[in-house]
Amino acid sequence: MRNLIRFILNNHFLILFILLETVALTLVFRNNNYQSAYAFNLTRNISGYVNSKTFSFRQYLDLHETNRALLDENQRLRNSLLSSYKLQIPAAANVEFDEAWEQQYNFIPARVIANSVNKQNNYISLNKGLLHGVKPDMAVISGNGVVGIITGVSENFSTVIPILNSDLRISSKLKNSGYFGSLHWDGTDPAKATLYDIPHHVILNQGDSIVTSGFSAIFPEGIMIGTISNFEIEGGNFYKIEVDLSTDFRKLNYTYVIEDRFRDELLELEEE
Amino acid sequence: MIKVLPRNILRIVVLVFFQVFILNNIQFSGFVNPYFYVLFILLLPFETPGWLLLILGFFLGLIIDLFSNTPGLHASATVFMAFLRPLVLDYFAPRDGYVPGSFPRVYYYGFGWFFQYSAILILAHHFFLFYIEVFRFTDFHLTLYRVILSSIFTLFLVLISQYFIYRK
Repeated sequence: MRNLIRFILNNHFLILFILLETVALTLVFRNNNYQSAYAFNLTRNISGYVNSKTFSFRQYLDLHETNRALLDENQRLRNSLLSSYKLQIPAAANVEFDEAWEQQYNFIPARVIANSVNKQNNYISLNKGLLHGVKPDMAVISGNGVVGIITGVSENFSTVIPILNSDLRISSKLKNSGYFGSLHWDGTDPAKATLYDIPHHVILNQGDSIVTSGFSAIFPEGIMIGTISNFEIEGGNFYKIEVDLSTDFRKLNYTYVIEDRFRDELLELEEE
Repeated sequence: MIKVLPRNILRIVVLVFFQVFILNNIQFSGFVNPYFYVLFILLLPFETPGWLLLILGFFLGLIIDLFSNTPGLHASATVFMAFLRPLVLDYFAPRDGYVPGSFPRVYYYGFGWFFQYSAILILAHHFFLFYIEVFRFTDFHLTLYRVILSSIFTLFLVLISQYFIYRK
């Protein structure tokens, strides 16, 4: 026993090093899984507050650009309003639409309060949380396209795992032909991601749109991800497609969190 | 000894603020992320006991982690760096050992000594940090490139601080 104590005292530096390193690495790898990035839930309120202060300052620099982007988006939305269309088939005028439809997606606006693009695993923080109806696994989009998925939520803040995180894969498809694959970021260029698993017989063109497939029960179908900038055949059967992301993560300010009201029903069915 | 404590507390606060509010918000090119906060570990007095060094490294890293959403990442890298510090200090020790009452700074031991000492520790810290972050060796060269570029930048900031802030 005395020898053991002497051994520990003699080697306390090494033992403490191994101990602390184990604790730290456990923290790293327990949270590596993007489904459970919320170990820091307690502190998120504090760091969220600090981040919102710094970010509100930085926003002034982007104000002009942000206004223009919101105006563009408003224009697109106004153009797709029913009141912007003129009815061409008079007989259909009697159909009562309202009761046949039930809202599936609910959009919660949120502001980005912390963001990074220069790491291998980037995270984004938003200024909306449980109080505003944000829950884990909801989709996050910007006016231009997909941003990421909510992973952790506190009362007032939430964290997003964006496309620019090498842990995330997004099920996506070619808009024109419907072939689907998985989109993944390789950790280099914040404006580009790579789409895998598209079979080599599909005809591709530069500039083709890539949208979400809707298979993951997180993103609604058909939300813009980006356009093809380059492609090559890798390993014989599949393409490796380089995608220009439509969301500019370096200037991200405003986002929408999407609540899918039928998600629970779908998941229950799939579990059975 | 009494003056050492408040000075180090002030230093840790300033460095964490500088890192979190300024450096973490600067996106140079996607490759350069300076982690200037390691200066705290570099400048601790020679007499700091090993266990304290490791614990300080752990908590310093953990504070940085809180604000950058990377639980454990900076903590593990900073503990690793704190572990290497006594070994590096031994290796570069002057013939008569370190003078009592002096600190590991350019002012006391010259540019060459400080450069080697901080370069090795910063490189070790960044190497550990970036490879744990990716946790794979497939993009070995890409990560190495990031390690080297970021280390150069951190080292640059650390050396500059020696001439502008810690002149005495």
